[in-house]
Amino acid sequence: MKSYDIVIAGGGPAGLAAAVAAKEAGNDSILILERDKELGGILNQCIHNGFGLHTFREELTGPEYADRFKKKVSDLGIDYKLGTMVMDIAHDKTVTAMNREDGMFTIPAKAVILAMGCRERARGALNIPGFRPAGIFSAGCAQRLVNIEGYMPGKEVVILGSGDIGLIMARRMTLEGANVKVVAELMPYSGGLKRNIVQCLDDYGIPLKLSHTVVDIEGKEHIKAVTIAEVGPDRKPIPGTEERYTCDTLLLSCGLIPENELSVSAGIEMSSVTGGPIVNESLETNISGIFACGNVLHVHDLVDYVSEEAMRAGQNAVKFIKNGCREGSTAGAVEIVAESGARYTVPKTIDPGRMEDLLTVRFRVGDVYKDSYVSVYFDGERVVHTKKRIMSPGEMEQIVLKKDELIKRSNLKIITVKIEHE
Amino acid sequence: MYDVMIIGAGVTGAAVAWKLAEYDIKTCVLEKCSDVCEGTSKANSAIIHAGYDAEPGSLKAKLNVRGNEMMDELCEDLDIPFKRIGSLVVCIYKDALPGLKELCERGEKNGVKGLKLLSREEALLAEPNLSDETQGALFAPSAGIICPFELNIAMAEIASMNGAEFKLNTEVQDIKKDNDGLFRIFTNNGEYKARYVVNAAGVYADVIHNMVSSGKMHITQRRGDYCLLDKQAGAYVNHVIFPQPTELGKGVLVAPTVHGNLIVGPTAIETEDKEGTATTAQGISELTQKAGNHVKNIPMNKVITSFAGLRAHEDNNDFIIEEVRDVPGFIDCAGIESPGLTSCPAIGEAVCDILKSRMNFKKKENIITKRKGVRRTEGLSTEEMNALIKENPAYGNVICRCESITEGEILDAIHRPLGARTLDGIKRRTRAGMGRCQAGFCMPRTMEILARELGLLYEDITKSGGDSNIVATRTKGR
Repeated sequence: MKSYDIVIAGGGPAGLAAAVAAKEAGNDSILILERDKELGGILNQCIHNGFGLHTFREELTGPEYADRFKKKVSDLGIDYKLGTMVMDIAHDKTVTAMNREDGMFTIPAKAVILAMGCRERARGALNIPGFRPAGIFSAGCAQRLVNIEGYMPGKEVVILGSGDIGLIMARRMTLEGANVKVVAELMPYSGGLKRNIVQCLDDYGIPLKLSHTVVDIEGKEHIKAVTIAEVGPDRKPIPGTEERYTCDTLLLSCGLIPENELSVSAGIEMSSVTGGPIVNESLETNISGIFACGNVLHVHDLVDYVSEEAMRAGQNAVKFIKNGCREGSTAGAVEIVAESGARYTVPKTIDPGRMEDLLTVRFRVGDVYKDSYVSVYFDGERVVHTKKRIMSPGEMEQIVLKKDELIKRSNLKIITVKIEHE
Repeated sequence: MYDVMIIGAGVTGAAVAWKLAEYDIKTCVLEKCSDVCEGTSKANSAIIHAGYDAEPGSLKAKLNVRGNEMMDELCEDLDIPFKRIGSLVVCIYKDALPGLKELCERGEKNGVKGLKLLSREEALLAEPNLSDETQGALFAPSAGIICPFELNIAMAEIASMNGAEFKLNTEVQDIKKDNDGLFRIFTNNGEYKARYVVNAAGVYADVIHNMVSSGKMHITQRRGDYCLLDKQAGAYVNHVIFPQPTELGKGVLVAPTVHGNLIVGPTAIETEDKEGTATTAQGISELTQKAGNHVKNIPMNKVITSFAGLRAHEDNNDFIIEEVRDVPGFIDCAGIESPGLTSCPAIGEAVCDILKSRMNFKKKENIITKRKGVRRTEGLSTEEMNALIKENPAYGNVICRCESITEGEILDAIHRPLGARTLDGIKRRTRAGMGRCQAGFCMPRTMEILARELGLLYEDITKSGGDSNIVATRTKGR
């Protein structure tokens, strides 16, 4: 097998953008490994519009957005292998993969970019009681059946969870003639984007029941009905609030989980909050030369941010190789602490010497905050205090740090990001 | 016309067929579901019990110990995984220690070998995650873990290869014994005739029995809820960990599965509903709490699925394996609750012995006693993988990414004797879809393979037969 400088695990939006940026930064030895039959990842089944407003200043569908990057990959002559599963990533950056044509093969890489994306939380992990019949799908699985395979799971639909894919599928199933009866959400707020609630539920008169969950599933062979109940502040069902909905389909959109089995077995240090690797300002993991980007790092709300992040991962991988693949040093790194409503930050540490002039730090909040402030403290001194009309867990937030401000404070140890009411 | 008609293709029916198919008689198995292993056999603790629980002298005691002894050679012949990891019955109350000793003595009476009472220290050394309240434990080295699907399927495959017929999707509606001594068996798929009938109908064994006998039987369903945890939690315990048994059963166990997950369960909730396999929030919370009594801090946040199975409890609290007194030629295998999985090969032998005493049958020549399971790619070296992929490129195509199951394995599962026809059939033969994403990713791909290989329309593909279709119609304009 030919050797490559940079091996990218995953040919979805993150992997494609990382490859393009690495090539444009001057590296000619890049290989993308993609398990599906085509590049583009989950964008291929996202046939709705709303992609690319930030990246291309126009509104594209998922496949159109993916095509922009696929075309670049092909114009730039970047190598990729389809139908290829990455089986292992070793600590020394040897990548083992497998496909029908080449069999099982290994590639010793100088840098590896993790871009494996995420998967959906399944029914089992939600502990919904009841029968286990046919007709229960994760929203993304149903999206594939409808948009790629061309089949409808059913006609009478209940959706549990208000993640973006669930919201999009509420509209999609409605357009295909199904009756979407209700979207139930365990939390007192939606996990999806506001615009999707408006465009996919409100515009079609589909009710969203916050603080509700499914407490029973009926039907031995095929789902026949579900019971939905209101939950209290402890998220436990409140007796007496049960409502029964007959249905032939239950879609689940209850959270996405970064797919990091390969990262964990490589020995990469993980965040228990994001489910993704812990990375520094260069999006580099604790293993020098292994970078992470996109939904495998933390679940994003917009693909535009995935592309932007992945491009930085690609550029940093090239920089790493140009600098002779030296082990990174954590000495002098500043830690970013997320607290009081801010759940995490990506990155988690910053080496002011290595950071770009402007560094975007992304995070999510743990609750809905109205008329509150995003505050940033440098070792106890508040340096940012920005009022936000509304912040919610479904949307990513960001702050931008300036290199010269960090360099100025040579003794800076900790940057704290928090949400303040005043 | 058949010599023997077996009703039910769970582990009991499959074991009886496995034994009988070695003889020069015409054997047939009727199964109401779309596959073998669709009832109690698919939803249980997957344990090969040592045999100390049952009352000495009972059929349960005798067949458990015999079944346990047969298991190594059987699993070798069937090419299925079996690990004799041993079990611990944990005592958490000082004043219950005498009970542990009684259990040990009972086991010895039953002929269980190697039983040993452990002190608190010895028990905690063997299992660091036992409760802090642990006072002592009974160690049984002969207990083990197995894959119940594979045991059931493998026995059925061998039976089928030796000539036993399997009629799936065939539900017995009535049985009459004619004046000529033949049984007429009425099903949704027509009528069958047989000289002998073996009732291996699980929770329906009473219904089938009562069709022909005036001595009425009653089976109570004891529902057991289970949680299956991610492989990340698979090594949380190293043995099968039981609490001390009660009248309702062996209690909530915690054990690694033969495939590396952790299983916690079952509850014991009596129900008159023979199809009542729905879990309840109460059941799941009960088993979590009970398991916590003898194993501490079980990582229940790692649950990947929960399910429920029904144990067929007969009122006399023992297996019934006998020719029905008022219906000569009709043999019951009823009340096959735990330790039914362990006992099944011994039940097969026992039924064969009963029939041998009635019919003068001989062993066939050239019988098949071994089978090769679905060829696994797990654990193969790069060289072995490459040889396999060269021979059949489908082994290079990973379909289920959680369990790393290739297209080659799925094709094998479809194209073998009694091959998979449904998504669950593929899952139980290959583990595709059994991992942490629970088929969210591979379901459409597995459907594509099933449709292609069997010439099925997508609309006709089911999860597990019957009305369990996955998709309803095409989208607009397709």
